[in-house]
Amino acid sequence: METVTLTIKNQPDLFLEADTITPDAFAGKKIEEIADLHVYVGREQHRLGDFFEISGKAGATPEETKIVVNGDLSRVKYIGMKMTAGEVVVNSNTDMYVGAWMQGGKITVNGDVDAFAGTGMKGGELIIKGNAGNYLGAAYRGDWRGMQAGKITVTGNAGSDIGTFMNGGEIVIGGDVDVHVATHAEGGRIIIKGNAKSRLGGQMVEGEIYVLGSIDLMMPGFAYREDVDVDVDGIKGRFALYEGDLGERHRKRKGQTIYAKLYQRIEA
Amino acid sequence: MAEYLIKNGFVFDPVLGIKGDKADIAIKDGKIVETTALGSPKVIDAAGKTVMAGGVDIHAHVAGPKVNIGRNFRPEDKLFGYKARSGIERMQGGFSVPTTIRTGYNYARMGYTTVMEAAMPPLYARHTHEEMRDTPILDQGAYPVFGNNWFVLEYLKNHEIENAAAYIAWLLRATKGYAVKVVNPGGTEAWGWGLNCENVHDPVPYFDITPAQIVKGLIEANEHLGLPHSMHVHANNLGNPGNYTTTLDTFKLSEGIKPNSKFGRDQVMHHTHVQFHSYGGDSWVNVESKAKEIMDYVNSHENITIDMGQVTLDETTTMTADGPFEHHLTELNHLKWANADVELETGSGVVPYVYSPNIKVCAIQWAIGLELALFAKDPMRIFITTDHPNAGPFIRYPRVIKWLMSTEAREQQFDAFKHKDKVIEATNLAGIDRELNLYEIAQMTRAGPAKALGLAHMYGGLAPGLEADVAIYDFNPNEPYAPDDIETAFLNAEHLFKTGVQVVRDHNIASNGNKRTLWVNAKVDENPQVMRDVKEKFLRYYTVTLNNYEVTGHYLPNPYVIEVDATE
Repeated sequence: METVTLTIKNQPDLFLEADTITPDAFAGKKIEEIADLHVYVGREQHRLGDFFEISGKAGATPEETKIVVNGDLSRVKYIGMKMTAGEVVVNSNTDMYVGAWMQGGKITVNGDVDAFAGTGMKGGELIIKGNAGNYLGAAYRGDWRGMQAGKITVTGNAGSDIGTFMNGGEIVIGGDVDVHVATHAEGGRIIIKGNAKSRLGGQMVEGEIYVLGSIDLMMPGFAYREDVDVDVDGIKGRFALYEGDLGERHRKRKGQTIYAKLYQRIEA
Repeated sequence: MAEYLIKNGFVFDPVLGIKGDKADIAIKDGKIVETTALGSPKVIDAAGKTVMAGGVDIHAHVAGPKVNIGRNFRPEDKLFGYKARSGIERMQGGFSVPTTIRTGYNYARMGYTTVMEAAMPPLYARHTHEEMRDTPILDQGAYPVFGNNWFVLEYLKNHEIENAAAYIAWLLRATKGYAVKVVNPGGTEAWGWGLNCENVHDPVPYFDITPAQIVKGLIEANEHLGLPHSMHVHANNLGNPGNYTTTLDTFKLSEGIKPNSKFGRDQVMHHTHVQFHSYGGDSWVNVESKAKEIMDYVNSHENITIDMGQVTLDETTTMTADGPFEHHLTELNHLKWANADVELETGSGVVPYVYSPNIKVCAIQWAIGLELALFAKDPMRIFITTDHPNAGPFIRYPRVIKWLMSTEAREQQFDAFKHKDKVIEATNLAGIDRELNLYEIAQMTRAGPAKALGLAHMYGGLAPGLEADVAIYDFNPNEPYAPDDIETAFLNAEHLFKTGVQVVRDHNIASNGNKRTLWVNAKVDENPQVMRDVKEKFLRYYTVTLNNYEVTGHYLPNPYVIEVDATE
């Protein structure tokens, strides 16, 4: 695998929209061609090279291309958007839409990310070593296609509205989450290792939520069923199983209604 | 204005009866003229290319409140489709519910110059006109909806045709409307009670009238006035298996009625998006095509015209004044739903929809639409539409043309279906080898709709005296071509003239044109009763006053009035 290293040299006056920082855009290009890729600041179009020192070499294909981005990227959006393969390492905090609509490959962020990371994600792996903002793995505004597949792992905390309209894949949060989890979800799995606040699974049709810590307030649309033993993805223990959202439509399989499931740990 | 001479193109024009022969088309002062009338024209070399009149769309939802609800509640529809301003082109966005600017440009790119907005809620006529005003290039008109209007229901219950006609004339003037549109007659009003009218004899709650009385009465009122266009109906029971009998029952309401119009149309009923109304079976499991039965009727009754409502197999946004149908749809696909009630007049709903080639029903719908056009004996009476955006975005018209012109293209699509065999079994299309020619396409997209709209004196052809709306496509019908070449050519007109102004040059937008809004001013004898009813209803029920209702002044900067004298 070949590596291209980007180091930010000029901070944008506004925010830098850099959806071209992907292995797909870089693959097969010379460094000068990569520097000529378009980025936007507000409505103005610029070159990637206007903001970044670029070195190294891109692979022939996205699979063979790794991108390392250095410097303060807290005003850079859309890193890794729609990428299908390869690897991106972000050594900083970064702004919104990291890995949005990504289909494959791997993104590692050694810092915090802002909202909409992994929006509409269809595959691949997104690893966030810091905290995540709101709408992690959610759907774009108005869309009903949130995270479809792939895996998002957050070491720290996450904001509100994670997994909105999630249909598949997995989100693992090492810390706590804010309100609204898996709203409207029709599939997928969310594991919260810390504490949750309220409104988990509102209008949720199918899918699973695991909470290892506390829940401030359970949705009235979730009903306690039984205590069960869980052994999923490294999570082991005795959990209380709730099903919901009872106010939503649910399909049946072999005469059985399929509900969304919410597991809360009783003991490890 | 500049003079143009379009030389040596292969011309397809049903008005002149030219079927692909080489001919020269002359443009002067915004009109088509004899070539001898030109002084020193700019010459456009059209050798090896196809020349037609500008396209005329008889039915599309391109302006007004429900279109805008579609835009507002589907940000995902325009997420990756923005195009920044560049040169003469303003910023554009959206796919199934494009911005007004993109609507104008994309129609022009397809060689269309006239587009009718198919459903204008009278109360929101101002909004509709504001959007049409902001749609560049195109000549447009809008059809106010009458089929669930309290005035109409009350007059027609007692068969007061003259009063209904006087009210129609008043409303057309107040809203600057073009024609009488009827959507799910009685059914949308019934939806206010949580009910629907599923056949032409279902009573409308409270009003004690049936859809049959509404449709027939509105045809009679329309002919009493002698309006340019006929009554334009979206019948009851849209989109339900087995609904073709309701459609035939609706057709039959026109029997024995002859057109009374000086505008040259032969029909008294235009039934729109008939694809949605041609289903057999009694459930989605056994739904099948009844296009043959429908077209047998249409082919043998000259006082009916129809348009297709072709499903294009895209992700799109459905929107209609048929409120109960949109509720039915959201229950089916569980996607977001907007619903609105428009006071005394109508209602509407909006729901996104994905017509997937992997779903049997969607593929059957696709086949039914094409069957309608391919069973047509008279292409002057069936028109290409997608009921934009309901069955698909208008930008797919070139693809519909491709399917109609090429069995190879249809076979390719059949092969892409997941349930190909079941679709073939439920439809007739696989057994049809008819391929439409460009002359028939010109009938279905130009001359036919222009005539049905009562606008054959302006649009639809290339005869001297008509508006200089001329499209030149980079397509040589006399050389071998692949099916996709048809779509590419009709998606990218090489040149387009609109009322003598070149709006597309070398495949690019060259001008924002000289758009006009057509409306019909029908003069009737004074009718004190109707005017008293109007005043009373506004006083008692409407949330606005008459002064805040009428469309005037800056809402309509480029009006083109069509005068109709219906006084005794």
